[in-house]
Amino acid sequence: MLKLLLSRLATAIPSIIGVIVVTFMLTRMLPGDPAAYFAGLAASPQAIAEVRTKLGLDKTLPEQFVAYIGELVHGNLGNSLSTGQPVVSEIATRLPASAELTLFALILAVGIAIPLGVLAAVKQGTWIDHLCRMITTAGVSLPVFFTGLLFAYVFYYLLQWAPAPTGRLDVFLSPPTDITGFYLIDSLLTGNLETFWGALRQLALPGISMAIFSLAPLARMTRGSMLAVLGSDFIRTARASGLAPRTVIFSYAFRNAVLPVITTLGMVFSFLLGANVLVETVFAWPGIGLYAVNALITSDYAPVQGFVLTMAVLYVALNLLIDFLYGLVDPRVRLG
Amino acid sequence: MLPLLRHARYVLSENPVTGLAFGLFAMFLLAAILGPVLAPYSPLQSNAAMTLKPPSAEHWFGTDQLGRDIFSRVLVATRLDLTIAFASVILAFMLGALSGVAAGYFGGWTDRVVGRLADTIMAFPLFVLAMGIVAALGNEVINIVIATAIINFPLYARVARAEANVRREAGFIEAARLSGNGEARVLLGHVLPNIMPIMMVQMSLTMGYAILNAAGLSFIGLGVRPPDAEWGIMVAEGANFIQSGEWWIALFPGAALMLAVFCFNLLGDGLRDIIDPRMRT
Repeated sequence: MLKLLLSRLATAIPSIIGVIVVTFMLTRMLPGDPAAYFAGLAASPQAIAEVRTKLGLDKTLPEQFVAYIGELVHGNLGNSLSTGQPVVSEIATRLPASAELTLFALILAVGIAIPLGVLAAVKQGTWIDHLCRMITTAGVSLPVFFTGLLFAYVFYYLLQWAPAPTGRLDVFLSPPTDITGFYLIDSLLTGNLETFWGALRQLALPGISMAIFSLAPLARMTRGSMLAVLGSDFIRTARASGLAPRTVIFSYAFRNAVLPVITTLGMVFSFLLGANVLVETVFAWPGIGLYAVNALITSDYAPVQGFVLTMAVLYVALNLLIDFLYGLVDPRVRLG
Repeated sequence: MLPLLRHARYVLSENPVTGLAFGLFAMFLLAAILGPVLAPYSPLQSNAAMTLKPPSAEHWFGTDQLGRDIFSRVLVATRLDLTIAFASVILAFMLGALSGVAAGYFGGWTDRVVGRLADTIMAFPLFVLAMGIVAALGNEVINIVIATAIINFPLYARVARAEANVRREAGFIEAARLSGNGEARVLLGHVLPNIMPIMMVQMSLTMGYAILNAAGLSFIGLGVRPPDAEWGIMVAEGANFIQSGEWWIALFPGAALMLAVFCFNLLGDGLRDIIDPRMRT
């Protein structure tokens, strides 16, 4: 088990190095002269030169890279120009909001996509199969920001079922005591059901928009992989031996079919983390995506770089987790 | 050619949805070419007397906050949206197919460099990387094209690599080499043309994603700037009016965007059925 963990960790190292090199390159490609930029509009040439020395921009690129690594090791991603706060702490306070939204959407997507895919494969060619195909084709075609807006219009403006699409919690409710940073979990832990219900209502529309966008690859893969397994000899044998259809489908077929689905999770996370930015913009969700978009609008680049790096590191970590999960589910990988 | 046409007819009759996709594609192409001529109003002309009007006989899709005709804007935007997507897909194809074919054919360090490059790009959530690239290169339309091409590069490189790798020991490649062709000539004249059908399928499959990605970037304010007509930015402008009930400003450009992506996704599936029947799902 430990060996599996270590070998997986080792495969993530080149990715992390690649991510750091690319983000470094992105910081060096900032439009214009970063020194003139950070010194401010009315800075004298002398002040700009000072800033350049202070930022280390007068050194060679390799030297700058070493300095950049040093800053990263100390957890320093620079300061935001517009708020003056360190980017690291701003991202850290906003991360739970984004994580709660993304995980909620993921659980929703998996919860719908896998049963749908299994059903579509078991009842191939029936209406549920067609429904599955329709949902998967439509799901990848819908721009997630557009679905979000449509939902806001229908469920907030027309039907008034949903609260105003702004933020994590209604202004009249106070946020729960900060334990995990996830409003749903924290409000349950403190027994504050009113806040839980309020947070869930705010979370529903952005979560569903993201889930619809990301469930398509999962459902499609589940269906395809179930079909392949159901057609194999050992399923025929299991059926011929008189096992109940339920046992055949769930403990024989599904356990084998789930492996490619786990692999697809990597792509789903790439979708989700990208969609996260757009959905947070639509629903004014106070997460790191909205933070980066607002920084982009004011040409405040340090938060954007910090955001890209944070997302990339998270994504590498998630892929690592998926790899590890794969090893746990499939004993062949453990032996190999 | 004739058997291919017959096969195409068979696929179309088998799956009428593909025919629908080809029809939609023709419509979008027409709108992209003739859009500015067909538009009943100027896409940029504002009209203070006609702001925020719902759809009517005069303004089919209504007017926006500046009184501009939304139907004209949606129509005219087709050219910009499709151009961005086409350009980025072609750029991704050129970068990805060439380096992928070289990696698969030569192997060795070429393979390792291309593979590492593709892996590094894939280590990012793709939309987030595109955001970072446009932010770093500058807020221009051309940078949306570059960013979209870069995030699509690994897909092309991987497919091209795998296909070239299969063919490198094939008889016709050996024959080409033995008749005295240089490596570059074998690669470009014999391997590359052979994987073109698969690359074409890949291109139409990634078109939809390229349109989505470009529109997403302009939705958050990157690349295209107002007052230019582009679907993503029009949805972003309409977003401000959703909460007060003016649905038509965001709905029509969003629906055009959705239809375009839907069309290219179906087209990609259809093309794959025609070119590579084994991969049918």
